[in-house]
Amino acid sequence: MAGYLLRRLVQSVLILLGVTLVTFFLLYVLPADPVRQIAGRSATAETVESIRRQLGLDQPFWVQYGRYLWNLLHLDLGRSYLQRSNVSELIWARLPPTLLLMAGAIVCELILGLTMGIVAALRRGTATDNGLMIASFVGVSAPQFVVGLLMLYLFGVRLHWLPISGYGTFAHLVLPSLTLGILGAGWYSRMMRSSMVEVMRQDFIRTARAKGLARRRVILRHALPNAILPIIAMIGIDIGIFMGGIVVVESVFGWPGIGQLAWQAIQRVDIPIIMGVTLVSAVAIVLGNLLADLVTPLIDPRIRLR
Amino acid sequence: MSDAVLPEPRRRTALARLARRPLAVLGLVIIAVTVAAALAAPWIAPFGRDEQLFEGLTLEGAPMPPGGAFLLGTDLLGRDLLTRILYGARTSLVIGVVANGMALLIGTLVGVTAGYFRGWAGSVLMRFTDLMMAFPALLLAICLAAIFTPSLWIVALVIALVNWVQVARVLYTETTSLAERDFIAAERAIGAGNGRILWLHILPHLVPTIIVWGTLGISTTVLLEATLSFLGIGVQPPEPSWGNIIFENQTYFQAAPWLVFFPGMAILLLALAFNLVGDALRDVLDPTQRGRG
Amino acid sequence: MKRLLASTALMVALAAPALAQDQDTYTPDPNATPGGSITITYKDDVATLDPAIGYDWQNWSMIKSLFDGLMDYVPGTTDLRPGLAESYEISEDGLTYTFHLRPGVKFHNGREMTAEDVVYSLSRVTNPATQSPGAGFFGMIEGFDAMMDGSATTLSGVTAVDPQTVQIKLSRPDATFLHVMALNFASVVPREAVEAAGEDFGRQPVGTGAFRLAEWTLGQRLVFEKNPDYWREGVPYLDQITFEVGQEPVVALLRLQNGEIDVPGDGIPPAKFQEVMNDPAQAEHVVQGGQLQTGYITMNVTQPPFDNVDVRRAVNMAINKDRIVQIINGRAIPANQPLPPSMPGYTEGQEGYAYDPEGAKALLAQAGFADGIDTELYVMNTDPNPRIAQAIQQDLAAVGINASIQSLAQANVIEAGGAGTAPMIWSGGMAWIADFPDPANFYYPILGCAGAVEGGWNWSKYCNEELDAMATQADSISDPARSEERLKLWSDVYAKVMEDAVWAPVFNEERYTMKSARMGGDDSLYVDPVSIPVNYDYVYVTE
Repeated sequence: MAGYLLRRLVQSVLILLGVTLVTFFLLYVLPADPVRQIAGRSATAETVESIRRQLGLDQPFWVQYGRYLWNLLHLDLGRSYLQRSNVSELIWARLPPTLLLMAGAIVCELILGLTMGIVAALRRGTATDNGLMIASFVGVSAPQFVVGLLMLYLFGVRLHWLPISGYGTFAHLVLPSLTLGILGAGWYSRMMRSSMVEVMRQDFIRTARAKGLARRRVILRHALPNAILPIIAMIGIDIGIFMGGIVVVESVFGWPGIGQLAWQAIQRVDIPIIMGVTLVSAVAIVLGNLLADLVTPLIDPRIRLR
Repeated sequence: MSDAVLPEPRRRTALARLARRPLAVLGLVIIAVTVAAALAAPWIAPFGRDEQLFEGLTLEGAPMPPGGAFLLGTDLLGRDLLTRILYGARTSLVIGVVANGMALLIGTLVGVTAGYFRGWAGSVLMRFTDLMMAFPALLLAICLAAIFTPSLWIVALVIALVNWVQVARVLYTETTSLAERDFIAAERAIGAGNGRILWLHILPHLVPTIIVWGTLGISTTVLLEATLSFLGIGVQPPEPSWGNIIFENQTYFQAAPWLVFFPGMAILLLALAFNLVGDALRDVLDPTQRGRG
Repeated sequence: MKRLLASTALMVALAAPALAQDQDTYTPDPNATPGGSITITYKDDVATLDPAIGYDWQNWSMIKSLFDGLMDYVPGTTDLRPGLAESYEISEDGLTYTFHLRPGVKFHNGREMTAEDVVYSLSRVTNPATQSPGAGFFGMIEGFDAMMDGSATTLSGVTAVDPQTVQIKLSRPDATFLHVMALNFASVVPREAVEAAGEDFGRQPVGTGAFRLAEWTLGQRLVFEKNPDYWREGVPYLDQITFEVGQEPVVALLRLQNGEIDVPGDGIPPAKFQEVMNDPAQAEHVVQGGQLQTGYITMNVTQPPFDNVDVRRAVNMAINKDRIVQIINGRAIPANQPLPPSMPGYTEGQEGYAYDPEGAKALLAQAGFADGIDTELYVMNTDPNPRIAQAIQQDLAAVGINASIQSLAQANVIEAGGAGTAPMIWSGGMAWIADFPDPANFYYPILGCAGAVEGGWNWSKYCNEELDAMATQADSISDPARSEERLKLWSDVYAKVMEDAVWAPVFNEERYTMKSARMGGDDSLYVDPVSIPVNYDYVYVTE
């Protein structure tokens, strides 16, 4: 176990290095000059060159990348080209809201998705099953911008149950989490249903039923733990899937998270911010997958870590 | 799917059984109609694809609601929405079916291989998957957009390259669990080759998951295409796709709900249709289900 | 919309060589009541509040309220008035400006502002190490070149004669100099605060302005509070302004309708425009005004087919500007020249190129392109720009020009424009909004030879030395008595630009600011040409 963990951690560091290298390279070849963005529209050629020199952007790729890694070793993510602020500061300020939102979304999608999936599996072939199927597909197919605005309009403007936007209290968290969670709930519900159907068919469940165990007990004690396995893997990859949705949901609900920062930086080629956000989300994704791999054997003892 | 290996007679019965399921037939009909509409768009569309009609806008520049000459209304440039959706089916089918199918295929190959063989090869494959997952796909898209001329095939390629990772990840976990089961060990004991075990004993159990990802993936990839096109990598205006019709008009959904509702319905129907067919196919091909359908 | 007398700005500013007195013609609003606070929302985060760095329309007005320069504008107008300088004198040759500072002006940190601070601030902004996007504006000051090449760290043309007097020497007469002194880049900053904050000065701004920064929660909100020691009597009226960032414009409007905020900083989103304007109760709170902005199509004159002036003229004739204005719900007026109507130097009654597809076709045939032209039109990807590009595309197609659209992120379009690889660019979203209300500001970087270099903002790559000479000649006329003559020269420069059909000007955007019912103050404050969305120092609340 310890050996496995160590090996995985070393691999994770290599993965992160790989991500920084490729990202840095893409930004290096990207035909959009950050210096022009900094220097502004009235800049003289000298100003542009001087800024390029000061930022070290006139250096060859390996020198630039080496310097980035060196700074990274010192936990220095650099300064934003356009905001001039410390990137680590910008990211730290926005990370907690994003993590909170993701946690809220995962809770929503687990509750919604698993319930829908289990009910659909148990009522297989009925109208309920079909209705839930359609609901799942609607959840996945509906554009999040529209879902978010509809919810905001309904619960915020019409019913006054929840605040329209902002950050701080639990009430603020509900609508964004739900909007983000609806998409995931569609996936979870379909996965859970198919997984349950598969498990319910297996011999040990039939045996348990044949032994006369109560249906409820069979489902909770025998079927669920076996069916939940693919769901664990999905939570691990949720973070990656969320990164797209988070940009939209954060802006609709005025949520001060990392998505807006990343989106603006991408549009404006603010390289230090893009690098920083990529790195942070890569860490989250790699850790999420590692965690999922570690948890799997606990759920299904047949799987051994190696 | 796995029809290819089935002996002729059994395949026919499988098809025949499929034909007896009304929902599956409905799904097939929807898919067929979509494909036909996409192919026949130039002949059946009421207007030109990019034709900005003078009577398609009010004097204040608002689009026309559904009805009259414009069955599904017009968009913000006064173009006929029905026409746009018919033509948009071409792009969206390529993305939702071809690109998404490619992603599914790559993901299945990687996930199953890594999960079944594990060892260093599996480890390398899964770490590569992690790397791809951690990699900012949007950035790759922007770079490609700046380097190549934007086109449908580039966006399809990017989607295939980006979307397989989740499939691989989920199938990997399921395969590792399956590979440790007693019946697999039993197969090995009687000398079954890896190929046989994978094909006959592992893959069939993964089909439900593959169907889920494949069908839901239609919706997500069609919408993802719009984001990528927005960043300049995919189809460029005025070429329509279901995704970009939604994306361009979503802020207008209160003033002109039809601009979001109809293309959204099209995506939903296509994904549902594939799901109906997929579910039915699985039941028909699943040995344990025989006789129930 | 406010019509401006072409010469007002300069007449007010340049009463040389006599002592220029305080020409502040602004009469405070008698109904204004002090107190209260308002909330303003933005979609994008505020980048920086460092006056030497901040250069987008969002932080421009915020910085204006935190800092002051030697010169300022009369609220709601483009008329210059003295700022931190109480008065100034200009030498006969127009090369030496002597500014007399207001006594007793204090920075937010309590220290009194002196002439040394002015010297420091102007040296700081022109120092390459500051990386100011505005450094180029100060090119007329003596010693600028030495700053640029790094051989000096103090701008030699700026000297503190005594603690209350600053003298600025120019290397050439420049009629725009006083406008430059009113730019944010020329704001006076206290050295000790800049040095203490280092690169974080943009997050911890210290100025002399009407407001000071009280709170900045990254990614969420900024709070400005009233500067009780502000040197202008009676203003600001508001005690506090809260800027909430990261708010989708459509949601911001909902919140305004819900009474939660006072001004949606990004304006009325296009998707909601008609809903608001068709509802009298809401339209009542919308203020409409002009903007120092032109939306235009650039054509790269160095490459075929746009190296042919007839092709460029044909493009101008092919575009149905009325329809383009229609598809953006009439939020603009069709343009026929580079300058917007509220800009001094605008040529009244110029005809430009009328919409004439048949004529355009004939012109193309005559130029040898009867079989049509294949080209590309670059556009920034945010609504409504791709839509406008598609309308342009259809118009061009009608005369035989097939332009395929490249809809890209802003940075990519700017890159393609600078590199000269884009044959045509629709300027929307990146368009030139004037830095200061003078025709010169529309010429040098975007139409002159200086901008036509690799990476420059002159996307047409148009370089006409003759016009450059004319422009320089015009700007050397700094005698206010001859300002009519100067504006006539500028008018001729732009007429020549149109004759060469370097651009196809399409429209001048109108500005619409929506406010809550409780907000008071003259309408002009809500469409202030130099403060978008509103002039924070002079608006007030009525409850």
